[in-house]
Amino acid sequence: MSNIVLPAEHRYNKIIQERQNEDGSELAILNLGPTHPATHGIFQNILLMDGERIVEAEPTIGYIHRAFEKIAENRPFYQITPLTDRMNYCSSPINNMAWWMTLEKLLNIEVPKRAQYLRVIVMELARISDHIICNSILGVDTGAYTGFLYVFQYREKIYEIYEEICGARLTTNMGRIGGFERDWSPKAFEKLDAFLEEFPAVWQEFENLFTRNRIFIDRTVNVGAITAEKAMAYGFTGPNLRAAGVDYDVRVAQPYSSYEDFEFDVPVGKSGDTYDRFCVRNAEVWESLKIIRQALEKMPAGNEFTADVPAYHLPPKEDVYQDMEALIYHFKIVMGEVPVPVAEVYHPVEGGNGELGFYLITDGSRTPYRLHFRRPCFIYYQAYPEMIKGSMLSDAIVILSSLNVIAGELDA
Amino acid sequence: MDTTTFIIEKGTIIVVVFAITMLMAMYSTWAERKVAAFLQDRVGPNRAGWGGLLQPLADGLKLFTKEEFFPNTPNKFLFILGPGIAMSTALITSAVIPWGDKFHIFGKDVVLQATDLDVSILYIFGVLSIGVYGIMIGAWASNNKYSLMSAVRASSQMISYEVAMGLAIISILMMTGSLSLKEITIQQAEMKWNIFYQPLAFVIFLVCSFAETNRTPFDLAECESELIGGYHTEYSSMKMGFYLFAEYANMFISATILSVVFLGGYNYPGMEWAEQNWGVNIANIIAIAVLFAKICFFIFFYMWIRWTIPRFRYDQLMNLGWKILIPLAVLNIILTGIVMVLFN
Repeated sequence: MSNIVLPAEHRYNKIIQERQNEDGSELAILNLGPTHPATHGIFQNILLMDGERIVEAEPTIGYIHRAFEKIAENRPFYQITPLTDRMNYCSSPINNMAWWMTLEKLLNIEVPKRAQYLRVIVMELARISDHIICNSILGVDTGAYTGFLYVFQYREKIYEIYEEICGARLTTNMGRIGGFERDWSPKAFEKLDAFLEEFPAVWQEFENLFTRNRIFIDRTVNVGAITAEKAMAYGFTGPNLRAAGVDYDVRVAQPYSSYEDFEFDVPVGKSGDTYDRFCVRNAEVWESLKIIRQALEKMPAGNEFTADVPAYHLPPKEDVYQDMEALIYHFKIVMGEVPVPVAEVYHPVEGGNGELGFYLITDGSRTPYRLHFRRPCFIYYQAYPEMIKGSMLSDAIVILSSLNVIAGELDA
Repeated sequence: MDTTTFIIEKGTIIVVVFAITMLMAMYSTWAERKVAAFLQDRVGPNRAGWGGLLQPLADGLKLFTKEEFFPNTPNKFLFILGPGIAMSTALITSAVIPWGDKFHIFGKDVVLQATDLDVSILYIFGVLSIGVYGIMIGAWASNNKYSLMSAVRASSQMISYEVAMGLAIISILMMTGSLSLKEITIQQAEMKWNIFYQPLAFVIFLVCSFAETNRTPFDLAECESELIGGYHTEYSSMKMGFYLFAEYANMFISATILSVVFLGGYNYPGMEWAEQNWGVNIANIIAIAVLFAKICFFIFFYMWIRWTIPRFRYDQLMNLGWKILIPLAVLNIILTGIVMVLFN
């Protein structure tokens, strides 16, 4: 066995030396990560193993910590969206919108109904793409690769819609204070309609492939179960909490961006195990599709895509060249000279995998005084060592991917 | 028959069988990608040659030219021996397979079988169980904990599934009364395929053959999402190529054994009629084609399963082997015995 795994003073080495098994077997340390393929990002788990069973686990985080909160303190408000993109990069539009909504709360800006609905549509698309990845990767981690590639095409279609809206795919940097930077192109709506038409059949097929598959059920039922009390004590939110049976959804509890206008159910699980998390995410995709359809139906006519906030919304370039006022606003916005009130704001949204919150303190200057991201992955990951204790190595992998811990968001 | 002709005849057959095994293993890699692509709505390899047909050659060339990396292991000899054993055991099984009936060339009967061992089945089982040493030794010598776990998984899986596999085949042996694959094939002529008489044994054998070839849902030894690459994590260059190649060669051999033991080998309906009307040689060419069609079907079946369902967990695998398959196989033996005594 290799002897250069860990510094000799790690506490597990002591446990190994002290524990004498009757049959003469020894415990062993296994490094799961930081470059293990199933960690989907970079985090390390130091596992104390008894054969295939995990006796204890110690997670290490910070491998892709980029100090976003600190960087944000030195950036004008509108330059912070690119940072939010890179947190949960599977559903970056939700992060972008959450940041704009935080600012709108700070500045007391009323966003027009149509822009709110557009935001709802793009956020639900992001939720679908997030759940597509999470659930199909769960398939990959249990060994079924095909479902992943099969539904991945449709994530691609979602990315094409983003592309029509803002020009970017993964790190979207979408929207502006007050709404969007420009109206959605007709092509975007076309692609959205095509997606809504094709995707349900594919998702149904994906569900059929897994939900009644005996091997998949055996691999996931009662694996990584967490009780509702414990989940709440850890601060779980989103699908992981709902799988444990608590129907907390920020979209219902504190509606934002006109979520109160739409009819949708909050799917809830029972046991909080991996299978329930899988099913809750599956069901949420259907609910998201429902919301998008309603939003398209109820969308007010016109082409209003932003609030009338010239002090915060960049004017069109032609106006800047010809119009005195636009030139002044342009200058002031780009130089970050627009005054903001001194305040403390917290705004939560229902992110792809839990309650994503921005806690913002301003001191009236061009940058935040302090900005804190409430990142659900960071919170889930605390519970991870406890959830995998006593389970097999294979379970640890499956639990990690069903919690949908995304390294970018975990480390921020 | 004098010695020279005997050597020439058998030598030719051995070379041809060896070449075919290699070729089938090579093109199984191509087929694997194409089948995966088909199931996943993709195109698959299509750059090297028409339809990507030269892809296996390109892969081989690539593996040969890759840097040969040795991990920090105390035992380099075992590290090299591992893939060597895996590869050689995968290739020598084909010696006892009856590929066809006999050709009538130059006034002589040429039997398409390298050797007709009286204990072919025992030989196959023996060779297959040596195969796991390749994985164990290589993984042990890799000096990597993931490889070691894979070695433990592979060996325990092999041992438990070989028991069920052996028990499943016993019921066949009770019927045929012979361990020779040639004899078993001959007895299945005229659609008396063993699959119709022993469906349960067929199912058990099929499941076990998945485990023996280390393929999904039993690919615990090399599951990339948990053990990174399992026993071949530390391997590079053609040594890794050997492991991968051995897996495909094993798959080919397993498919062959399944077709020979359960699907009547080279037999096809109307074989006797073809022999009488079209001559022995033409009937025999059809027989070979039929055998390969059966083999290809099983290879496709392996791939189909691999790209459809998830894999088991280690303890579930053991439960399936010891608590379900072995009792079923024993039950099958008892049933076969009762039926044989009653109806003789």
